[in-house]
Amino acid sequence: MKYIDEFRDGEVAQKLAAAIGREVNPDRRYHFMEFCGGHTHAISRYGVTDLLPDNVRMIHGPGCPVCVLPIGRVDQAIRLALAHGVTLCTYGDCLRVPASDGLSLLKAKAQGGDIRMIYSCADAVALAQQNPEKQVVFFAIGFETTTPPTAVAIKQAAALGLKNFSVLCCHVLTPPAIASIMEGVDEQLQLDGFVGPAHVSTIIGSRPYEPFAAQYRKPVVIAGFEPLDVLLAIRMLIRQVNEGRAEVENEFVRAVDRDGNRKAQALMDEVFELRENFEWRGLGTLPHSARRLRAEFAEFDAERRFVLAYRPVADHKGCDCGEILRGIKRPQECKLFGTVCTPENPVGSCMVSSEGACAAHYTYGRYKDV
Amino acid sequence: MSEPRKNYVRPLDIKHGRVDMAHGAGGRAMAQLIDELFARHLGNEWLAQGDDGAVLPAPGAGRLVMATDSHVVSPLFFPGGDIGCLSVHGTINDVAVMGAQPLWLSAAFILEEGFPLADLARIVESMAAAAKAAGVPIVTGDTKVVERGKGDGVFISTTGVGVIVAGRELSGCRARPGDVILLSGTLGDHGMAIMAGRESLGFESPIVSDTAALHGLIATMLDCGAELRVLRDPTRGGLATTLNEIARQSGVGMMLQEKVVPVSPPVAAACEFLGLDPLYVANEGKLVAICAANDAERLLAAIRAHPLGAHAAIIGSVHEDPHHFVQMTTAFGGRRIVDWLSGDQLPRIC
Ligand code: SF4
Repeated sequence: MKYIDEFRDGEVAQKLAAAIGREVNPDRRYHFMEFCGGHTHAISRYGVTDLLPDNVRMIHGPGCPVCVLPIGRVDQAIRLALAHGVTLCTYGDCLRVPASDGLSLLKAKAQGGDIRMIYSCADAVALAQQNPEKQVVFFAIGFETTTPPTAVAIKQAAALGLKNFSVLCCHVLTPPAIASIMEGVDEQLQLDGFVGPAHVSTIIGSRPYEPFAAQYRKPVVIAGFEPLDVLLAIRMLIRQVNEGRAEVENEFVRAVDRDGNRKAQALMDEVFELRENFEWRGLGTLPHSARRLRAEFAEFDAERRFVLAYRPVADHKGCDCGEILRGIKRPQECKLFGTVCTPENPVGSCMVSSEGACAAHYTYGRYKDV
Repeated sequence: MSEPRKNYVRPLDIKHGRVDMAHGAGGRAMAQLIDELFARHLGNEWLAQGDDGAVLPAPGAGRLVMATDSHVVSPLFFPGGDIGCLSVHGTINDVAVMGAQPLWLSAAFILEEGFPLADLARIVESMAAAAKAAGVPIVTGDTKVVERGKGDGVFISTTGVGVIVAGRELSGCRARPGDVILLSGTLGDHGMAIMAGRESLGFESPIVSDTAALHGLIATMLDCGAELRVLRDPTRGGLATTLNEIARQSGVGMMLQEKVVPVSPPVAAACEFLGLDPLYVANEGKLVAICAANDAERLLAAIRAHPLGAHAAIIGSVHEDPHHFVQMTTAFGGRRIVDWLSGDQLPRIC
């Protein structure tokens, strides 16, 4: 804990904030996007923006696992539970994501679906082992951080010869999402740099961001999830902007290097292949942006086992999640924010997880709006 | 009348026996369960009356306070306590935070068919010990049995009655701008002890539940001369929920200082590990008190002088706010809302 407290120290933060105040150019504005939901949460939870000068603005990015999950994917999970009668296991936040017909996994559970919240996908494998008469499906979501554990679970199920375990794989990749954001920069979105992912980068390393920095001339600084990490990364971004540099820098050296975790990468490659296309909420359909199970593991692929078609479904008309995930709008600019759409009754996915931009602003920052 | 021959009464097999439907059917089996388990451990002159209700002496002066609470907890036994002592402490505390002296408790048990009698005996013994230590007897009770699968082992509802002296007014609606908020000790010990006890989370920890009867501590607080306005025990939903309730009831806002909110290092570490916020984790032996600023130091000293209040701290203040926000200056130096809990607190996945 001592170790963690060092990264939350208020006095160090004040000094750093003062240094940032001296370094910013008062004649310009700085717009930085934090890609990860983890950063969004840390910034809101610790009030990091309160320590920044007025001309430095943070924009929430799309890196929140449940936020980018499109309705069609949640619908598939609900169909598995209600129509196919499987035991569907997933991480907690997934349960409340709004889907079609006013449903969510939580509401499907109340309608009698056997839907379980688990903390680790190993629990789903154990559940399948203990209940050989039930089909157990793990609804796998998340970026590169949660993908290797799913790969381990699939390999474990294969080793055990489980006939009743499969995965609805919605694991997505970070670089295509960043590329998609970069494409929109300057037209609708002013952006001067990126706070790069923390946990994701421990897996994929810092190298995958190099093409973005070079091609789009935007600096990227990889940062840990502690508030001082974020503040340090912001200072590094400001320096790059001031000096006209656009490089990939790493604040999170205690956990991230250029190559990442080769073993985890190999594991993902062994079990998964890239999908041709995958629909994201907010970002649309992006090529090679998500994973599915390789043919060798096809029997553990819930989409194949239960012959699940994917039907895209448009977001709620009033919901601005798309613009929010692309950084074009701020949560409080959505007409439904805080009135129709609240954490108790989320209309869009950004209001569900504490890492979602709307939920984070509602929960921690809405005093600023009144 | 001569004693019945021993062999004609088959005692309850507490060691190996299990609850069956007959234990709730109103016949001999139920009478035996009550005699040999409940009455044996909980016994006192009122319970011994053996009627459908207890006839109690009318308390002298003052008004009556009555509170009730149902207890469902999994696991039933956790580090630092079990559902038995929890059900005694919880209701005593609900009576005591009104400023009343708790006098009597009732207890209703809903047992699931198949529940081991040995576990039930442990629970009842723990209740008896807690009631005895607190000096608040359990004077009447009830037992029902539900079919296997329709309960979770055992549910316990307790009701408490106490008296409050004339002129004492404690209520969640009495916080005023300028008042000071005190907390009697570290946050989150009970909730994290329960979490650690759920084996599916797969972590071990030294955290022990803080479950305790608080009426002794409350009595010293009431006696210290400070004018207490609000007293609450931040149980389910944690400190954040309790403060939001008070802010809404009183129509005020609050500002906390994160730096001084006490959290023990193991609880902080476990919360970190699970992505939980100790402000939202349940406590079973802590108090939030609100008093006038002038009285704060005196009240703090009184709380700290009691063994259950050694880690007490002044954690914030009350101010005017039409939105009734509870806010916090973070240890990091920023500012945030400490919101109502929305749904269940869930571990993060990123
Ligand atoms: S406030 Fe609700 S409806 Fe509006 S963008 Fe956010 S999640 Fe969507």
